[in-house]
Amino acid sequence: MQILYLALALFLLVNLGAGMWRILRGPTAADRMMAAQLFGTTAVAVLLLLAQATGKPALSDVALVFALLAAVTTVAFVRRAWTDQGANNESE
Amino acid sequence: MNPNDTLSTALLIAGAIFFLAGTVGLLRFPDVYTRLHAITKADNVGLGLVVMGLAVQAETWAEAGKLLLIWCLVLLAGASVSHLIARGALTRGIKLWRR
Repeated sequence: MQILYLALALFLLVNLGAGMWRILRGPTAADRMMAAQLFGTTAVAVLLLLAQATGKPALSDVALVFALLAAVTTVAFVRRAWTDQGANNESE
Repeated sequence: MNPNDTLSTALLIAGAIFFLAGTVGLLRFPDVYTRLHAITKADNVGLGLVVMGLAVQAETWAEAGKLLLIWCLVLLAGASVSHLIARGALTRGIKLWRR
């Protein structure tokens, strides 16, 4: 089972790497923030898998904090940091 | 392999497939709204299946409860965040994708 946990954690990390492309490309700030949101969720899954694989339950506390903070960052982005610039230059 | 392990393996792999679908959707879909649709799949179902697969293996109820709590938090956050981003994108005049 441990091999499976580690393999899946690695697979999710590769997913994260692929998602980086969307952060680079944009085109709007919202797209970048959504990629960050997906990273947060994937990180929670990776941490839970690692907690089970290594037998360190503290890692699932880290996942809990990630789950809490992911929501706060995006709400802060929408309410405070999302300016209109870049809204009209959608290239796709 | 005992039945617990089999069930857990199936759930974990199904969860990973949903994460893959979310990432592919994020990369391939044409505008903000369709990408939002893709990432909520990973958020809700992908993490849900991973959490269920791990909860099957949990030794105490408290452990399984904590996993479920994490999933519920992500569900709550995902739903409100998707709504906020979609509404924000509409009010900022980001156009809907048309073929």
